Amino acid sequence: MKLWGMPILLGLLTAAGLAGALVGEGGWDDLAALALAVPVAVGAWHALRRLSGTKD
Amino acid sequence: MPTTLVFVNENDYYLHSFTPPIPMTSSTVRRWAWIHKWSSLVCTLFMLLLCITGLPLIYHHDIVHLLGNDAAAPRMAPGTPRAGVDEVIAAGRAMYPDKIMMYMSQEVDEPDIWNLTLGDNPTDPNYKPIAVDARSARVLAEPAFEGGAFMSLMFHLHVDLYAGVPGKLFLGLMGLLLLVAIVSGVVLYAPFMRKLDFGTVRRDRTRRLKWLDLHNLLGIVTLVWALVVGATGMINTWAELLLNVWQTTEVAEMLRPYQGMAPAPATASVQLAVARAEAAEPGMKVAFVAFPGTPFSSTHHYGVFMRGDTALTARLYKPVLVDAQSGQVTDRRSLPWYLVALLMSQPLHFGDYGGAPMQFLWALFDVATMIMLGSGLYLWARRARAAKAAAQAGASLEAA
Repeated sequence: MKLWGMPILLGLLTAAGLAGALVGEGGWDDLAALALAVPVAVGAWHALRRLSGTKD
Repeated sequence: MPTTLVFVNENDYYLHSFTPPIPMTSSTVRRWAWIHKWSSLVCTLFMLLLCITGLPLIYHHDIVHLLGNDAAAPRMAPGTPRAGVDEVIAAGRAMYPDKIMMYMSQEVDEPDIWNLTLGDNPTDPNYKPIAVDARSARVLAEPAFEGGAFMSLMFHLHVDLYAGVPGKLFLGLMGLLLLVAIVSGVVLYAPFMRKLDFGTVRRDRTRRLKWLDLHNLLGIVTLVWALVVGATGMINTWAELLLNVWQTTEVAEMLRPYQGMAPAPATASVQLAVARAEAAEPGMKVAFVAFPGTPFSSTHHYGVFMRGDTALTARLYKPVLVDAQSGQVTDRRSLPWYLVALLMSQPLHFGDYGGAPMQFLWALFDVATMIMLGSGLYLWARRARAAKAAAQAGASLEAA
């Protein structure tokens, strides 16, 4: 779960976002976009943080 | 690609951080690494091309509009009556009296415009697009072919490499390799990330290690999106094949009563055909009319393709076949599953079904995928260089 928990969560959110916008209308589109935005945000956050070179 | 690094001593990363999981022996990892390396290597440059050309295609409508290559309907009082479909066709044909009608269509969000395409024959690739006002039946514009030179270039580089159906199928094969690369990449994610927290990017060690971590991170966060867009893109490359199957099975069956009859000129009023189709499918609107001889119709019919009004049903056309001489509805049936799959694949590939936020997310996923592809290529190149250097070092050691 430590290994696959996050990938599974992001995968489910992506799938829900892609499908939700297809079947839903109006408000569902926004909700779907929100779900799709999570993997993008998580990826960007991990990829861009500590760009200044600070070590942990 | 980077996973081949696993087996070199160039870096101690693998040996120190990798404990083979119980079910996965090192030879299993080696096999998956080989699959990942070669499937990616073959498709990566094409995938980069698809990502680069796909970016403007996400904003196709907006760019065509900005370039002034689309048609706009003038504002008229709400409730202005619509012109007859036959009048609209006559206006278009007056521009090219020697050409025949191929299709006429309406976009969901632009009911004031009929988009006509005319050609020298029903499958003319150099068709003429004409936009006609649906109310005044006046020709509004001859929109630039394929949205203008730039968008046309992006489109062909993305869709068929200017090589028609074989070009499409080739790109579809590259898409299949991408899917193999994604799946093998996920399998390899486990041995690489087992000892690391999700999202770890080791910036304080070697540059290669940093890019390896970024490759794994971007690969895993874009996973489902890339799988869906890759798979639906591949399905889209089969469009002609699937239409052919439909032609030779269901359309052939619908044509059985016409066996032995020479193709007759389409004399029935299209307006009447549309009206009858609308009466046959209450609650649905015309998406497009395919004229006799086009791949969406038969030699004896107008194919009137109806659509519903929800996001989903607007894409699931229902064809009503109208005899092009008698004007009678002769057949209507739901599309077969493989054409439904094709039609559903289009929005999921284009990302055009959830408004501006989704378009923007599509662009972000696209950019992340490019970085993922580029980093994979970089990791492979580093590995190749390291191997060469090691071989040379070995050789000079032997010489000495």
